[in-house]
Amino acid sequence: MSLEQNSVEQFVVEGLSCPSCIRKVEGALKENPKVGDARLNLSTQRLSVEWANDNHHDPDDSLLIIDILKKIGFNAYPLREKKNTSDETELKGLLRAIAVAGFAAANVMLLSVSDWFGADMGESTRQLFKWVSALIVLPAAAYAGLPFYRSAWSALRHKRLNMEVPISVAVILACGMSLAQAISGSGETYFDAAIMLLFFLLIGRYLDRKMRASAKSTAQNLVSHQSFFANVLNRDGSITKTMLEHVKIGDSIIVGSGERVPIDGCVIMGKSQIDASLITGETTPEEVCIGSKVYAGTINLGQPIDVKVEHSSGNTTLDEIIHLMENAEQNRAKYVRLADKAAGIYAPLVHLMALLTFLAWFFIAGIGWQSSLITAISVLIITCPCALGLAVPVVQVVASGRLFKAGVLLKSPDGLERLAEIDTVVFDKTGSLTLGTPQVDSFGTAMVKELQIAMTMASRSAHPLSRAFVAFCEAKKISSAEKVEEIEEEAGLGLRAIHEGCEYRLGNRKWCNIGDDHDQVSNHSEIWLVGPNNRTVKFTFKDKLRSDARETIDWFKQNNLDVIILSGDRLPVVMELADHLKVEHYFGEIKPQDKAKKIEELKQQGHKILMVGDGLNDAPALAAANVSISPSTAADISQTASDFVFLPQGLSSLVDAYKISQKSRRLVFTNFGFAALYNLIAVPFAALGFLTPLAAALAMSGSSIVVILNAMRLNLANPVDFGRIKK
Amino acid sequence: MNVLAFLIPVALLMGLGGLISFLWSLKSGQFDDLQGATYRALFEEDDIERDKSE
Repeated sequence: MSLEQNSVEQFVVEGLSCPSCIRKVEGALKENPKVGDARLNLSTQRLSVEWANDNHHDPDDSLLIIDILKKIGFNAYPLREKKNTSDETELKGLLRAIAVAGFAAANVMLLSVSDWFGADMGESTRQLFKWVSALIVLPAAAYAGLPFYRSAWSALRHKRLNMEVPISVAVILACGMSLAQAISGSGETYFDAAIMLLFFLLIGRYLDRKMRASAKSTAQNLVSHQSFFANVLNRDGSITKTMLEHVKIGDSIIVGSGERVPIDGCVIMGKSQIDASLITGETTPEEVCIGSKVYAGTINLGQPIDVKVEHSSGNTTLDEIIHLMENAEQNRAKYVRLADKAAGIYAPLVHLMALLTFLAWFFIAGIGWQSSLITAISVLIITCPCALGLAVPVVQVVASGRLFKAGVLLKSPDGLERLAEIDTVVFDKTGSLTLGTPQVDSFGTAMVKELQIAMTMASRSAHPLSRAFVAFCEAKKISSAEKVEEIEEEAGLGLRAIHEGCEYRLGNRKWCNIGDDHDQVSNHSEIWLVGPNNRTVKFTFKDKLRSDARETIDWFKQNNLDVIILSGDRLPVVMELADHLKVEHYFGEIKPQDKAKKIEELKQQGHKILMVGDGLNDAPALAAANVSISPSTAADISQTASDFVFLPQGLSSLVDAYKISQKSRRLVFTNFGFAALYNLIAVPFAALGFLTPLAAALAMSGSSIVVILNAMRLNLANPVDFGRIKK
Repeated sequence: MNVLAFLIPVALLMGLGGLISFLWSLKSGQFDDLQGATYRALFEEDDIERDKSE
């Protein structure tokens, strides 16, 4: 690519859904004189911006890009980690190897087929064909086989056997033996088998690596979604937007109404309410005043506050949680992937069989070492794990495509295998079973016209309650009112507007001049609408259950999985919810550390656990569980800690993910079964010396096709639809 | 049999041509964004220019 390394910056862009997005984004950016070139990659959701001024740009320019994109409706974030170039070069190397192997395999097959079927071909022509084959295959195999040779060599140096060892041995021996046959002018050559083997295996390996790389880049994109700038208050009272990396301890920052607190600190001015549900799981907003501590990730619901940054002490809640999470993650690294398990059994077996064949022919049949060696090599060629190399990757690729359609992003390559083994599902409450954001619960005596006016006003505000209200109205198909004029927002209080000459106010009690004695003050958040003649309407908000939480839990229970609720929220709230969902095992008021401990306890009892959670307080538990999933609304750290991220509002994608994992596990095993069956049939023939190059070629491509078709069966399964079941 | 001496090299050269053009397209980044490429094909060259002036 023409883009140079140092003058390019990468961004993650959200909300790319339409084809014209590319044009919009690139067009808007290229307009700016500071931008030299902009290129959007739709597959990775990343944007490369090349600066016009090559040598230098200051960090504020990144904010400029983000602002430009925000104006046209896209959220962008600077890419946190450097682009992983080693992954990309490996993938490209594999593609090149596939191309070379494919070219060689196709051309050699042309020669081989005429050799096998050309009955009236002269001996010298046959010989010519063999030499041409050698000329094509030897360099191609030397190049295309490199990824395998390297891995095999490093395994052998560490005195281990992996899948690459039998592959390398088979390819090298097949080429060597065929060359010897070509020179001596007698016997069969296996050039086509050797290169075809490499071709199929390279495809399998490419798919495997591609999936790992895309899982990794999904993870990186998610990491970048953290809030990345803060509004720093300067001594002279001016405000500068600063990248988070450049904010120093002791700086004062302003957290506006409805904004997320970007960094840990202590309130030095102002009074507000903080929604800390992401950290503690507690849904009732917390009152903060001067001296209160606020944590990164919480949301300021009330008026703007000034916060003094005190992040680096290393003893903050956040640091402690991260530390816990890292500890828990180490245990998980011990998981051995299915393919590696299979290789551990398969590789020694293959070598042993080849050795036995050689010994049997040499000592028992006594046919001389050359002939015995040729038979032994043909055993190696035929047993080579062509189907085995494809068995897992193809299933995984098909499965991750299915997951994506179900709205689930796979973040760790072996997550799918671990998900298939679970027997217990542990749910967090806030944000996992519930939506985690306020939803309109009641709207009193509101008339449609009032709803329309209120919606028009609310749509001008970024406050979480306003947004919830707008979403509610949109769901109810309430259109915005016309002729609502002079809409003004007073941060932390409410909105004011004029409609048909009358003033309307939408906001909290104070804003609407409603005393605490009027209507009871409840635990739930509320906003009021005051219209002409002092008519008041009250809207209350509540954290609601996800629409299909009940069905999802029932489904898991029907399928003999234990369901447990583990929440940091108050016990009565958790109890009510558990009753409603008919979950017998639940725990409330649990600290983050204890959540992880609880998971460890369950694991020690032999349970395999799926943890579903979103809050910071869940992060250690997510890391401790065998496999974990979090919603895309979750705290950044939780998303980092989990293996899957699910996108839509419903929980049914959890069931989908579980079903897909189960099905793909079954398919992997049937694929292993096919591979074993094929060997069971083919090996005796090869060991007895009946193998012909034609049979080898047919067996190899046949078994690969069977394995791929088998994997495609995953696409036949239907996604769950609770709506349909209910009917 | 003389025809073979002509046909085999021709077949090989054609295959090599395909291989080289694939390797070239890989190198020039044409496979970096498969999803985006499907849409980019539909854009007019001057669309972005026109968007600017709007």
